[in-house]
Amino acid sequence: MKLCSFHLMPWTDLPDDFAERYPGVWVDVDPKLFDPRRGHVLYNEFLDELELAAELGFDGVCVNEHHSNAYGLMPSPNLMAAALARRTQDAALIIMGASLALYNPPIRVAEEFAMIDCISGGRLVAGFPVGTPMDTCYAYGQNPSTLRDRYWEAHDLVMRAWIEEAPFTFHGRWNQLRYVNVWPRPLQKPHPPIWIPGGGSVETWRWCAERDYVYCYLSYFGYRAGAKTMRGYWAEMERLGKERNPYRAGFLQFIGVAETRAEAMKLYREPAEYFYGRCLHLDPRFATPPGYMTEGSIRAKAESMVARAARASSGGPDHAMTFDRIVDEGYVIVGSPEEVAVKLREVATELNVGQMMLLCQFGNMSRELAGYNIELFAKRVAPELRGLFDDRWENHWWPKPVAGASRAAPRPLGAVR
Amino acid sequence: MKPAERAVRVNGFPCRVWEAGEGKPVGVLGGFSGVPRWSPFLEQLSRGRRVVVPSLPGFPGGLGHDRLDDLMDWVAATLDLLEQAAIEGEDLVGLSVGGMLAAEVAALAHVRRLVLVSPFGLFDEHEPVADPFARKPREIPELLCARAGAFEELRDPPEGEDPAEWMIGLARADEAAARLLWPLGERGLAKRLHRIRVPTLIVWGSEDRVIPPSYADRFARGIAAAAKVHRIAGAGHLVDADAPHELAGAIEEFLRG
Repeated sequence: MKLCSFHLMPWTDLPDDFAERYPGVWVDVDPKLFDPRRGHVLYNEFLDELELAAELGFDGVCVNEHHSNAYGLMPSPNLMAAALARRTQDAALIIMGASLALYNPPIRVAEEFAMIDCISGGRLVAGFPVGTPMDTCYAYGQNPSTLRDRYWEAHDLVMRAWIEEAPFTFHGRWNQLRYVNVWPRPLQKPHPPIWIPGGGSVETWRWCAERDYVYCYLSYFGYRAGAKTMRGYWAEMERLGKERNPYRAGFLQFIGVAETRAEAMKLYREPAEYFYGRCLHLDPRFATPPGYMTEGSIRAKAESMVARAARASSGGPDHAMTFDRIVDEGYVIVGSPEEVAVKLREVATELNVGQMMLLCQFGNMSRELAGYNIELFAKRVAPELRGLFDDRWENHWWPKPVAGASRAAPRPLGAVR
Repeated sequence: MKPAERAVRVNGFPCRVWEAGEGKPVGVLGGFSGVPRWSPFLEQLSRGRRVVVPSLPGFPGGLGHDRLDDLMDWVAATLDLLEQAAIEGEDLVGLSVGGMLAAEVAALAHVRRLVLVSPFGLFDEHEPVADPFARKPREIPELLCARAGAFEELRDPPEGEDPAEWMIGLARADEAAARLLWPLGERGLAKRLHRIRVPTLIVWGSEDRVIPPSYADRFARGIAAAAKVHRIAGAGHLVDADAPHELAGAIEEFLRG
């Protein structure tokens, strides 16, 4: 199986009473809470953490895109991936990903991804999410009713731009370009592996199956909540006659490793409560722009929505997220290296996920603790899991970089002068 | 009274037309939520006139909003709809979302007399239109209506309707409104208002929490013809839901003149 290190790059200094004093962490989050000098330090620390993970043998490093968001400081994940391309050697650079419909024209994504693929010698995984309502419809002003159509079309445009061997004219519904000719071209042929992060709609699963893409379920609510989605995914793959290759699926899981379970419970309490209490303080005003959810999905969920609406209007309970509950519900897997390895093997097997993305820094976790978590995972957990699935399945969705001998790397010119 | 119902086609999609009353026709284009049910406002208006209510694409009774990609598509579809419902060139009332389209239609084609009831279509950064698409569900009723219960009277499923289907229909109406209006800015109407050269009545509720009541004067100033502003004390954005009788009375009087 593949073990990758995911980073959200959260703002770590939200005040203790953030959830009481502010409407939310996203879209209209108070810009006065951002201090650029602290941002300078944080970006560098976060990159250190991903570089450490790569150095210690994580198979890939993952970055993602958010806008106007205090728990995700990467409006452009491509900038981070470009920095990582120079400072890592073998790790896959997994961009999870670029919200295609936000770019005008979307070939900007084809260009930047191709640049990163070239710089890194073919280590890019290209992720294409639709994007959350908060990012796309509110922070970026996209029309929720046209977003998905724009996304599909942008996808078609980017793929054609990578594959076609001559300049072409694209005459779409939303994008009309007389001259499409992407320079540079991606190094991987015919294109980098495509992974699609999605919320769990049947339409997305079918689309991934049709095109042979990896489907990724990136939830903050762990394996227990994710099991239902992944069961649905595999049932649909079976129905479509696709093999049960675990590398067709990616999954995100929060991890907290320490020497003992007791120590882990002590160490990861604060960052977990920070993440689930402050970072996930989401304003429901920005959750459901009309049209973002397809009518098919509304229809599928109509019953539960009626029930949920009724609960909401009666002012349902709003439990504070205590660490015990976070652990009980499986949002974060904590424990000794042995315990975490056993649990994660169980999760990967049960959910049948080969592309595992681990969040080892979350909330306001310090650089030191993140480093400790990453190191323990890499040295004591990962070896227990390596090789899982590989006896039976081939990972067709992993980058194919140029061989080590022909790979360019940073080579300071000072010695020559 | 139950209106007579027929279906016309716009871009190949069915759109319902409700009709009731006698005499010269007056067309009504609905607002947020469209016209999910025959309302007390329509009932009263139909006592003096033949009221014709065509459903805009995507609003209850109408399909095909997902083929309308820009304002030009919407305006052309509205012109088609009025033609199909045989009320082009007649008196036209536009409410809220429908008010914006009625103004666009009147700027480009002939109508006899025009009534705009808290129409969308203009925007002033210093006094912005509120964002009805960024609200907690329980905040929506009092954002759109000032009279307690008015919003529920409009949107709660009637006896005998499948609540899930009814809700899906209203979700589609919300999407159609968003498809047309998102992100609620001015889309060129200010440059076309001067082309409205027919007698126009602008109606605004004093308690409109979506579009500030001062927008009534903005519309009136922009329209070349003599535009009359009528304010309804205590009414919110959905004036027809909040003050059905006063609104119907004001329209009747204006159209008679």
